[in-house]
Amino acid sequence: MDSLTSAASVVAAGLAVGLGSIGPGIGQGNAASGAVEGIARQPEAEGKIRGTLLLSLAFMEALTIYGLVVALVLLFANPFA
Amino acid sequence: MHLPFAALEVGQQLYWQLGNLRLHGQVFLSSWVVIGALLALVVVGTRSLERDPRGVQNLLEFIWVYIRDLAREQIGEKVYRDWLPFIGTLFLFIFVSNWGGALIPWKLIHLPHGELGAPTADINTTIALALLVSLSYFYAGLSRKGFRYFEYYVEPTPIMLPFKIIEDFTKPLSLSFRLFGNILADELVVGVLAFLVPLIVPLPAMFLGLFTSAIQALIFATLAANYIGEAVHEEHH
Repeated sequence: MDSLTSAASVVAAGLAVGLGSIGPGIGQGNAASGAVEGIARQPEAEGKIRGTLLLSLAFMEALTIYGLVVALVLLFANPFA
Repeated sequence: MHLPFAALEVGQQLYWQLGNLRLHGQVFLSSWVVIGALLALVVVGTRSLERDPRGVQNLLEFIWVYIRDLAREQIGEKVYRDWLPFIGTLFLFIFVSNWGGALIPWKLIHLPHGELGAPTADINTTIALALLVSLSYFYAGLSRKGFRYFEYYVEPTPIMLPFKIIEDFTKPLSLSFRLFGNILADELVVGVLAFLVPLIVPLPAMFLGLFTSAIQALIFATLAANYIGEAVHEEHH
């Protein structure tokens, strides 16, 4: 791998994870705040709210994970190397 | 400094040559361990069934009820019984793979290339599982509704057709990448932390890893059941 490709790959890997975590971060914050509000209003529904929250958090986390997969491909299995 | 427990070997495989196929041997070895563990658990638990379940039988019945509730909620009362074994197998295989990869001290077994770990941390395993899910929801829809299954693509309007077709490709893609990425990320985070500080510090990351791997198994099974449920769902006119 020549040095330009490796430098570009490392920068791109950082950007993929960094930019990819902005949106899901905001989304997870929104979801958690909604869930806390729901539990405060209706403490008896806590179990159900927690289950739904965990499931939807995992969906949002998946978006960051796609960025991570791209970063891992660039670092360990770079097709342009 | 030499740290044998913290060496990371991403992208290194133990290749087995079978004809002109190249297999990732370490994935097979750890999958066999997982399958063996599950079989042993089930055989031990069902060997002497009792009316009042105790010990392993009790645990198995708890797991069965949990998976049945999951499948019934997603697939629906009428059809869920046919798909319960499939959903249950997916859930248990992924769950035991994820936890086995984190809890069994694989590093004590030395391989010439690559390292043993969770089978689900290899993209081939997760893509195979996701394609199985794709095939089974097509089969579920076609066998239950015949060619009326394709009405689903033009409902509520024919404008949705291209999106529904694209969905058939993105479903296995996101299923496989989500599982693979999460498990590999857990292993990498623990590996990097263990490389920096070998004692105590990686423990919280390990517990977080156990938690997310359990959630990922649940999500994979829930989504598989949800896709099958979508395919067999009957519109009420």
